[in-house]
Amino acid sequence: MNGSPVLVSIQGLKKHFPITRGLLLRRQVNAVKAVDGISFDILRGETLGLVGESGCGKTTAGRAILQIQRPTAGTVVFKGLDLTAQRGESLRAIRRYIQMIFQDPFASLDPRWTISRIIGEPLRVHQIGTPQERQARVEELMELVGLDPMFNNRYPHECSGGQRQRIGIARALASTPDFIVCDEPITALDVSIQAQIVNLLEALQDRLGLTYLFIAHDLSMVRHLCDRVAVMYLGTLVELGGRDELYRHPLHPYTRALLSAVSVPDPVKTRSRPRLPLTGELPSPINPPAGCRFHPRCPQATPECQTRTPVWHESSPGHWVACCLAK
Amino acid sequence: MSEAQIAIPVLKERLQRPPLTPGQLSWHRFLRHRMALVGAGLLVALVLYVLAGAAFFSEADANHVDLSSTLRGPSAEHPFGTDLAGRDILARTIYGGQISIIIGVLAVVLSVVIGVLVGAAAGYFGGAVDNLLMRFTEAMFNIPQMFLLIILAKFFGVEAPSFTLFGRTFSGSVVVIVSVIGLTSWMYLARIVRSSFLSLKEQEFVTAARATGATDSSIIFGHILPSAIAPIIVSATLEVANAILYEAYISFLGMGVQPPTATWGNMLNEAYSKLEVAPWMWFFPGTLILLIVLAINFVGDGLRDAFDPRSLGGRSK
Amino acid sequence: MTPAASLLEVRDLVVEFRTLEGVVHAVNGVSFRVRAGETLGIVGESGCGKSVSALSVLRLIPQPPGKIVSGRVDFDGRDLLQLPKAEMQAVRGRAIGMVFQDPMTCLNPVLTVGRQISETMTVHLGLGREEARRQTLSLLEMVGIPNPELRCDDYPHHFSGGMRQRAMIAMALSCDPKLLIADEPTTALDVTIQSQILELVKRQRDRRNMAVIWISHDLSVIAELADRVVVMYAGFIVEETDVFKLYREPRHPYTQALLDSIPHMDTAGPEELRVIPGSPPDAMSLPPGCPFVPRCTFAIDRCQRENPPLSSAGRDHTAACWVVAAKRKPP
Repeated sequence: MNGSPVLVSIQGLKKHFPITRGLLLRRQVNAVKAVDGISFDILRGETLGLVGESGCGKTTAGRAILQIQRPTAGTVVFKGLDLTAQRGESLRAIRRYIQMIFQDPFASLDPRWTISRIIGEPLRVHQIGTPQERQARVEELMELVGLDPMFNNRYPHECSGGQRQRIGIARALASTPDFIVCDEPITALDVSIQAQIVNLLEALQDRLGLTYLFIAHDLSMVRHLCDRVAVMYLGTLVELGGRDELYRHPLHPYTRALLSAVSVPDPVKTRSRPRLPLTGELPSPINPPAGCRFHPRCPQATPECQTRTPVWHESSPGHWVACCLAK
Repeated sequence: MSEAQIAIPVLKERLQRPPLTPGQLSWHRFLRHRMALVGAGLLVALVLYVLAGAAFFSEADANHVDLSSTLRGPSAEHPFGTDLAGRDILARTIYGGQISIIIGVLAVVLSVVIGVLVGAAAGYFGGAVDNLLMRFTEAMFNIPQMFLLIILAKFFGVEAPSFTLFGRTFSGSVVVIVSVIGLTSWMYLARIVRSSFLSLKEQEFVTAARATGATDSSIIFGHILPSAIAPIIVSATLEVANAILYEAYISFLGMGVQPPTATWGNMLNEAYSKLEVAPWMWFFPGTLILLIVLAINFVGDGLRDAFDPRSLGGRSK
Repeated sequence: MTPAASLLEVRDLVVEFRTLEGVVHAVNGVSFRVRAGETLGIVGESGCGKSVSALSVLRLIPQPPGKIVSGRVDFDGRDLLQLPKAEMQAVRGRAIGMVFQDPMTCLNPVLTVGRQISETMTVHLGLGREEARRQTLSLLEMVGIPNPELRCDDYPHHFSGGMRQRAMIAMALSCDPKLLIADEPTTALDVTIQSQILELVKRQRDRRNMAVIWISHDLSVIAELADRVVVMYAGFIVEETDVFKLYREPRHPYTQALLDSIPHMDTAGPEELRVIPGSPPDAMSLPPGCPFVPRCTFAIDRCQRENPPLSSAGRDHTAACWVVAAKRKPP
């Protein structure tokens, strides 16, 4: 298994949130289908981007993969082990190797804990090393992410957003994980700080051999950072491909609309980019449209799209799409 | 990509402000609250009174019966007067105060332990556990507390054995009173703790701890409880006043701690038959109860303001 | 070249906030102007003072803890900062419309959307209820809200984020203002919705020949909309020019560094992003010299001592930088 290029394999992952009714005996009447069957592989050492707009389910997908939300269905195989089948102690033990970096650098750190206590938590949880060794490791991690170890007794509220995000990164690295899910880690940061954090993440990946699932909605940053990109819409994957391939030759109409809607920091280029407008509103994830979920808003929809659910297939090597019209 | 490029730009960043823990910020806010400081001072004075007073009077003095000088008003020999059995009221308020305060504090410790455990379990685990615990809590709420106090005190009051603590012998009825008050006062706190836990467990830093693999108990005690501690402290402080009052009520009804051991409450009971004849019998213990309840309430108010979450955490960015 | 008369001219605006921990110098002597029909982009990161500057134009800064210490805001011949309250209220919503970042905090949750839009018109234009409702329906249609007759009677929480923002724009445009001030209205929106809103604003602005002040931290959005751009940092304006020149030849080191640090979607590759080291200064304790000094690769001695004023950096292009001023070749 060690030689396999695939680090994490996700098959048929679903996460439904039940909607219940009734006072005494709550029965389920419906469900919010936040993630409704996604399948893809994450290769060792790569950065896979997961993009989509609000309500597409990408954040829920990240949490379901890490078992922070337990999936309703599907499997997540990490280094040969199915995470969805693990419980209690065995799941906790695996968490050493799979970690998460959160979006909100203010909310994801306990305001009453010192920086060194926060970063050291994974070490204590998994009982790695003696207390002195842990302290040394915390200081080593702080230097690694660019924080002065002298400040390890300070509190998060004394730090800026960028510094807090570095603390979160240090915490994620403490137990030497193999796989890190980055849930929109730069969205809440100022523009001039975003580049610092992105460079840091890249440097750490080179140095420590990390694999990232990078969840984001900034398509420009994703193009810079990721090796492959997956696009989600209303709980399902619509396209997955190598970075350049996807951006240059998007196959799915939604991907095309999404890419065309992005503005670039160049007034000449951005005003002359052809836009593919999307009509209509995002449907509710409680009752997604029949057939292809995108068909009500798709400029190329045919009658077939209303009834036939598109199959997720490999259109060309490494380029997957779920569209009835893509050949 | 060289490591130097990771470290250099940021190592020079100095964290601007001097360290101020959230606890220190609360402390400063408390100090700005004048009534709270008055209350705290009064509380300290009263506690000193019951503790230091023991240096001047022994318990034997407090219980020393002298039938030749019953119902004497305040004098040089007996600054607070004497009671029906000629016992010195000043000494009795000192020793009675010790018991009243001990009962108040211990009863609250018991109710806090129960309330926190019930509230934390209900709030953290949710679902069936929450349902069960909350229905139980609500049932307890519906039982009139005084009624329960009286019944339990009557049943168990006289039968419990005495015990010794810190060189004083306490009658078993103290344990019973503490238990009764503690077992009937935890519900309010349980609800507060539950709602704190319900909201705190959704905080992202709790999710982050779970993602790290932390166990439920380390999350509850390490992450959530410290952030929930503020309303617990406020509630517990105010509960001490309530507990002291409850002790006074039960003792006043004759079902609390039995004489000759004095408490402020049973001293009031003894004064009942002599209200107009010997007003000093109820005046001094009554005033002391009033003062301590006021003091605790002022301190509790101050704590509530001090812990106001809007003032914690420094500036937002 | 005779400059066209300005519709709005802000001169030497200084705004402070008195907080428990000290005085925050949010805006430190800012001047800019907008001509009729022109779109001015104000770009900068959080804390640079761009929102405060715009809110000051409409005197929407809460006064305590904020205080407009000095400055003039000339709009259509009058200094708005000196106007009595009643007259100021007549300007807001009528001559100057405003759109904010989070419509949920600006739309009253207990009133229907239609009612709120109609109210603006009955108050400012003196329209009767029937007439106002007719206008509201046509406004809702104009901003692209489907089924306006039905949606008109919905409450804000029934609308999605993009639709709420459209409703806010409808409200802002209802009295046909000469100037629209937009404070990061698309920041919280998805990229496809943002694109639609930008198209909507462009259409309306062109049709009405309306001036727009657009505040954003997003350099791509500014590139879409603005005719002229002002770059702010730590409460100062550090560069001003027309939009094409700014992106082609940025002169101030901050602008240059900022443009280098964001990836372009069409050309982004794995090359390392240029980083601006450090973080923005604390607005409570600004250094005596140029506020960008700790992060600037070109800083010289003079920069530490004296804060550079805006000086010419080319034709119709100013920048507040000693190094640029020294290097500038005559046109």
